Amino acid sequence: MMGLRSFLTFTAGLSCAFSVACGGGGKSSTTTTNPGPTQTIVTSGANVAPIVVNSGPAASVGSPYANGAFATVTVCVPGTSTCQAIDGVLVDTGSSGLRILSSALTSVTLPQQKAASGDPVVECFPFVIGYTWGPVETADVEVASEKASSVPIQVLSDSDYTPPTACSSLGTSSDTLANLGANGIIGVGLFTQDCGSYCEAVQTAPGNINLYYECSSTSSCTPVGESLAQQVLNPVSLFTTDNNGVIIELPAVSGGAPSVSGSLVFGIGTESNNGLAGATVYTADSSGNFTTTCSSPCTGTTGTAPYPGFIDSGSNGYYFLDDTVTGVPPTCSDNTSFYCPSSTVTVTATNEGVNQASGSVSFQVANADTLFSNSADFAYGDLGGTFDTPLSFDFGLPFFFGRNVFTGLQNTTNYLNGYWAY
Amino acid sequence: MNRHAVLLPRTYGSQRCSAMIAMALLSFMAAMPAWASLGGDISSVQADQVHMQGTLRTTIAESYTVQEIQNTNGTVVREYVSAQGKVFGIAWQAPWPPDMRQLLGSYFDQYTQAVKSQSAARVGRRPLMVQQQGLVVQMAGHPRSFAGRAYLPDQMPTNVKAEDIR
Repeated sequence: MMGLRSFLTFTAGLSCAFSVACGGGGKSSTTTTNPGPTQTIVTSGANVAPIVVNSGPAASVGSPYANGAFATVTVCVPGTSTCQAIDGVLVDTGSSGLRILSSALTSVTLPQQKAASGDPVVECFPFVIGYTWGPVETADVEVASEKASSVPIQVLSDSDYTPPTACSSLGTSSDTLANLGANGIIGVGLFTQDCGSYCEAVQTAPGNINLYYECSSTSSCTPVGESLAQQVLNPVSLFTTDNNGVIIELPAVSGGAPSVSGSLVFGIGTESNNGLAGATVYTADSSGNFTTTCSSPCTGTTGTAPYPGFIDSGSNGYYFLDDTVTGVPPTCSDNTSFYCPSSTVTVTATNEGVNQASGSVSFQVANADTLFSNSADFAYGDLGGTFDTPLSFDFGLPFFFGRNVFTGLQNTTNYLNGYWAY
Repeated sequence: MNRHAVLLPRTYGSQRCSAMIAMALLSFMAAMPAWASLGGDISSVQADQVHMQGTLRTTIAESYTVQEIQNTNGTVVREYVSAQGKVFGIAWQAPWPPDMRQLLGSYFDQYTQAVKSQSAARVGRRPLMVQQQGLVVQMAGHPRSFAGRAYLPDQMPTNVKAEDIR
């Protein structure tokens, strides 16, 4: 393990030398032949935060990240200049709300949110690969020069309060650096709240989980209804300017790269550097999905039917359908759901928004074993796997390489559930 | 996520056409039962009905039954029950994941051990896949739209494939 750690530290130091667009002068622009406008990556502006796709902060504990886009986020005690900048925060357009590891929050103590009872509010937030658990605290949040005051955020810790069985039953905790793979997650997705109306009242139906709890002691937490305003909020929605969405701008990646640099741009059409520039708007439904129909190499009535799709920088690959309809074998050595075709496969699909805008996209899926065989690489343009529960399309971070992807916040442009544009 | 209830087990090619035609569809309103646990007995579910709004529909296929439960939150659960009354598969779509302990029943510990022992070459946020000899659990999606399935490969009725459980 020490050997691996040393090696990763070494490669992190070298990463710029191999980067597709890491160093270079101040000017950075990349063109792409993918559908959509020609890509221009902005690197300056008060609304522009640098992001990097590399092994991430958990590489130091032996858990390097594949295809994670990381930013630096500053959290402050509300109304004060007592702040801490936290790097290695995963940029996630698939969720909403800021979550920071308690172990990374070393130099500020944030105020705890209280329920009507006076007890602390603690959240159990489910992700596919595990849950985050910890108190809801309030912070002023700064990214680039954008500022949001008094944002409810989640501080991730299993030790301040014991997760109730209903939370720990979700699977495994992501509250450590090794498990989360990041110092935090900044959810800049379609929605204003992390949960929405589902969490306003306690869920009592069998099988329905609760996300918000009030804890009368460190070991006694019971579900609580949480108002929309008190829920963990998308910090972008509370910025004083440029608060209607984000753009992720990353250059194309062919095969693998140790590190790739790009930008997280705040606001859509609010400044001279964040216009749609000819991108097509695809609106989402209330679940945060649009519709995707695969035409190649998918076959059969089942393979070429329309399925739910979504664009998510927090997924680390293209995850779509399965081998029974794509013909692409998921026969990877580590027995995961990655695709491992003998030669790279081109997939063509059509996305359609609720607004009925539609457009074709093509992407490539390479052999995941081959991609991972180069231990210096952590950014992959062609990483894909299956999504068959039910058949669906997840356009993860590889989709963002080589095209600017806009994520529009709900209710900001008459789009009730937000939109993507590219 | 696709909210259209698909009651008929998914079929491929013409192999299962005759089975489809032979299916009898029983649809009725009922009090919503608690979820059956994987490997559990369907009769225990029916005995354990909870009074709440919800729709239960039952589809009978050639060698198994699908019980679909839908509630007002957009949660859809399909339980696949063998002719012997054992739940061999569960598929679900919902805004948030279900209580996995309740869903997996006696298989929950095996599941959590398997998740903890997974050692990928790289960490990363991706669909969850637990694939063991006697247990498969998958979950994917994103907040406000999760979906997954769990099934027991060793206890599937003859001619039932993994892709039938969705």
